[in-house]
Amino acid sequence: MAIVFEKPKSLTDVPYHYCPGCTHGIVHRLVAEAIDALGIEGRTVGIAPVGCSVMAYDYFKCDMIEASHGRAPAVATGVKRSMPDSIVFTYQGDGDLASIGLCETVSTACRGENITIIFINNAIYGMTGGQMAPTSLIGQVTQTSPYGRDPKTQGMPIRICELLATLDAPAYLERVAVNSVAHVRQAKKAILKAFKNQVEGKGFSLVEVVSTCPTNWGLTPDKACQFVEEKMIPFYPLGCYKDKE
Amino acid sequence: MSSKVLMKGNEAIAEAAIRCGCRHYFGYPITPQTEIAAYMSKRMPKIGGTFLQAESEIAAINMVYGCAATGRRAMTSSSSPGISLKAEGISYLAGADLPALIVNVQRGGPGLGGIQPSQSDYFFMTRGPGHGDFHIIVLAPATVQEMADMTRLAFELGEKYRMPAMLLADGTMGQMMEPVVLPEDTVDPETIPATKPWATTGTQMKRAHNIVNSLYLKPDELEKTNFERFERYAKLEKEECRWEEYLMDDAEVCVVSVGITARVAKNAIAAARKEGVKVGMIRPITLYPFPKEPIAKAASKVKSFLTVELNMGQMNEDVKLAIGCSKPVAMCNRVGGMIPSADEVLAAIRKEAK
Repeated sequence: MAIVFEKPKSLTDVPYHYCPGCTHGIVHRLVAEAIDALGIEGRTVGIAPVGCSVMAYDYFKCDMIEASHGRAPAVATGVKRSMPDSIVFTYQGDGDLASIGLCETVSTACRGENITIIFINNAIYGMTGGQMAPTSLIGQVTQTSPYGRDPKTQGMPIRICELLATLDAPAYLERVAVNSVAHVRQAKKAILKAFKNQVEGKGFSLVEVVSTCPTNWGLTPDKACQFVEEKMIPFYPLGCYKDKE
Repeated sequence: MSSKVLMKGNEAIAEAAIRCGCRHYFGYPITPQTEIAAYMSKRMPKIGGTFLQAESEIAAINMVYGCAATGRRAMTSSSSPGISLKAEGISYLAGADLPALIVNVQRGGPGLGGIQPSQSDYFFMTRGPGHGDFHIIVLAPATVQEMADMTRLAFELGEKYRMPAMLLADGTMGQMMEPVVLPEDTVDPETIPATKPWATTGTQMKRAHNIVNSLYLKPDELEKTNFERFERYAKLEKEECRWEEYLMDDAEVCVVSVGITARVAKNAIAAARKEGVKVGMIRPITLYPFPKEPIAKAASKVKSFLTVELNMGQMNEDVKLAIGCSKPVAMCNRVGGMIPSADEVLAAIRKEAK
């Protein structure tokens, strides 16, 4: 019988620790599919963040490094500068990339470092139990914004693709989502392109994936995907923000 | 044979690092160590190396972390306030058992402090600069020659024991010029990663993936890594202590001092000897591991100890611990960037000899 669907080769057999309905699993798969498609597993080094995907190092078959909170782009820079022929990616959440690591994010993008960043934006700190993230929506109730995010005291959500698009150096910035089949297909294309860019030496590529957190949003997986469509995407419009091609 | 050249301490470190196969320097400007970055920015591009001025000390140490994970000889340098920022990264290096060279050319503190020489990071460095139970190798040069020699030693010991190593100099050591014979350029940087089977150099589809990590969510596993690490530290303490003894054979007063103050103390000791005072010195060269044994041995012969330091008595405590408080341990110190004169030290020696 012909095999029509199988696990990407660059994923290990370790079961994910992610909550049911969480979209990390989909994004991990898309990253692995890109690595497989380009045949780069043997020279790829991945950098795991601090947050829900902290144990991503167990799930990818390539060499992996666990970074401190927010510093994955700096760690990736150290790897890439020591092995320019390697393929280096970071996989970071919104607290990691857009809050504590914002300086590293902007500076690495500004240097045009030839790396790939997969940025998971689910508008919440998942690992620590659902606190307000820099990307939490206005009015969003979290453990640390129990009355809803108030722009007067808690500021406005940050749009990373738009922010980085003001820089000259980045090669490719795109925001995608994984809440529907059509969106997953587009996300797959974007992630593949972000890796291909690096293989071709085009420079800094970042794909922001608007994701879900059913557990901390207090929604079923299905309702969480609906929330992405109705609340997240209107504030975080999908699309390509920069493509130097 | 390399010939003697006249060099600043900071520059001697930079050139020695290159000659030891270091091709990756990540740093951030701060006085009084910026000459290291300036030197690297000139040299590295010419030899196919990396000089990267990071966006912060935090980023710089994490670039070192990434580079060290690939098995390269990586380094960064800074001065006291910058080392505070690097502490997180140093803890991660230690937790992931990665060797790397960190240079700390100390200035006065706390806070922004000043830019003049100090030894006030002694506790911070020797107790493990960062969160968690760990140590780093700490070497204290007292000459520009030692700045160069210890750069090699730091790389070698760090790799042997799989831990970060630090050159802990005071600002004077970084800024002063002296003749120095630089190490021979014999290390091929390309051959170093192959000696590190744990390095994340890419699997090349030939082995299982390597993971550089300091996260252990199971307490028994984390405990095991801590115990194993401290077994390595025990071996380091047993085998790698280094110190210099000066006129200790008949000494009744033992001066203990490092860096620039050890040099001042030598002058004071010479003057005291002329007056017939039996005084000598033990100069620790490794601060971690601290040379407890020679100091404990000296305690059975001398009347008292005198530490000469650019802090409020940090090493003084280590001397007391080494001798179990069996003899008085006096102190002659200046802080804030002030350095005691030989006369001040001489007066303190006379007082102890009475």
